[in-house]
Amino acid sequence: MSGGAKLQVRVAEVVEVNDLVKRFRFVSRDGSLLPAFSGGAHTVVEMDDHGVRRLNPYSLMSDAEDRSGYEISVRRDDQGRGGSLYMHRHVVPGMEMTLSYPVNLFPLDNRARKHLMIAGGIGITPFLAQIAQLTHFGGRFELHYAARSKALGAYMDRLTSAHPDRVHCYFDDQKQVIDLEKVLENQPIGTHLYVCGPKGMINWVLSTAEAMGWPKQALHHEEFLAPGTGLPFTVELAASGKTITVGPTQSLLEAMEAAGVEAPYLCRGGACGQCETVVRKCDGTILHRDHWLTPEEQAANTKIMPCVSRFEGKTLVIDR
Amino acid sequence: MKVDLTPVNAPSIRSRPVYATLEPRPGKLHVIVADDEGAAAVVEMVGKANDRSGMLAASHVMYCPGPTGTDLSAQLEVLGAAQFFRAPTIPALLPRLVRVLADAHMGTQFYLAGTEGLIGQAEREIMATGFPHASIQKEQRGSTLRRVQCVHCKGITENVATDPFKCSHCGLNLFVRDHYSRRIAAFMGVCIDAEDPGQVPESVVRFR
Repeated sequence: MSGGAKLQVRVAEVVEVNDLVKRFRFVSRDGSLLPAFSGGAHTVVEMDDHGVRRLNPYSLMSDAEDRSGYEISVRRDDQGRGGSLYMHRHVVPGMEMTLSYPVNLFPLDNRARKHLMIAGGIGITPFLAQIAQLTHFGGRFELHYAARSKALGAYMDRLTSAHPDRVHCYFDDQKQVIDLEKVLENQPIGTHLYVCGPKGMINWVLSTAEAMGWPKQALHHEEFLAPGTGLPFTVELAASGKTITVGPTQSLLEAMEAAGVEAPYLCRGGACGQCETVVRKCDGTILHRDHWLTPEEQAANTKIMPCVSRFEGKTLVIDR
Repeated sequence: MKVDLTPVNAPSIRSRPVYATLEPRPGKLHVIVADDEGAAAVVEMVGKANDRSGMLAASHVMYCPGPTGTDLSAQLEVLGAAQFFRAPTIPALLPRLVRVLADAHMGTQFYLAGTEGLIGQAEREIMATGFPHASIQKEQRGSTLRRVQCVHCKGITENVATDPFKCSHCGLNLFVRDHYSRRIAAFMGVCIDAEDPGQVPESVVRFR
């Protein structure tokens, strides 16, 4: 089944963390415990935004050992497609919502001697759950967390008071920058690195580490992409015999779902690979926006990730 | 009794290790561990480095002779690495590696070359730090004698040449499989005459 089984939940609490971030706590509607997860896991939140179905992935930030509820933090994106605005404006305590089961595409590698975490802005959320997990079994970690300003550094107080010697904070408005090379060269052998934040930061951290001889297998990152807007385009669905038009703010996956076509998905953010679809015919350009397909696969134009990628041109026929 | 034996170098099953050619990679420390004819692989690898002297100035080379007596330590000694250590045997070499690992930082590159026994045991020490095993470079050279664990008594027999062979600990007749354990750094030896004791196929020299 697309997206797997669902969790029927109720919003228990909505907390304004700062000007941009709100925290939501979900509990199951029947009072049962929620499924266990591990630090780094995300859930896909289903929203019925006045007739528009939105499904956005958010990292679970609560302690994985607390199965009485799940917590996520949502940063409001005023220029986005509307999912975060819906969460901020319309989701209130008592509301019934639907979540996907947790999926972890950003787990800790527990073989590591030490975990080095680098977070930018709202990218802190998976680390909150991972740090709780490491605290339970005594794992060693070091966190470098950059935010625009002190006021926008969500959960910094909580982290620095709990782990004063392991958490390092940086503020853009004070022109503070992580001394990345220094941080990277001082890590004991067997350290794994995890980075979550804006694309620019992820690329900077990964490319610097690789240039310094860090192996790819010790580098982990997570970035959920919003599907991104673009010109409308038409797609022929070979298996279901339908031709659909994808609207400017809609993703190809959402357009297929709206047309009643069952398409697989998990993360809806170009990361997990679940929605990979074979391209039967392509007369034009696929605008690949995922980070699942290799550059070679993207160039071959024989596969597309409908959750984030778009198309410009004459004809696109996909196997769905 | 005819037993079909797998050729030594064929990647017959998934757990059978495969090896590649060593390539120089950027790093602030190069830990190079070799035995037997692995010395030649190290010399060739260093020869490919863009900054040969820079690489050697950041290299720690450890070497021991191979199980059949091959000793190419002179080839490595003349390279001029920052540190060169010659051990008489693998067990005498490993404590040095462990000591180096204790102080090593990320950005270190690992190069292992020579017999599977040396490669596997060095890899196990590096893996124990949490360093991903797939990021350790390994090139097999020289003797193919195997390090085999008896799955019955758990004793390890070094330098196994024939298949089947007698376990040096419990004396069972063991068939040498391609099943390999990274954790134990050894191939698996299984009793070949468990059902018909004494019905042991003729030993064949498979590993040299």
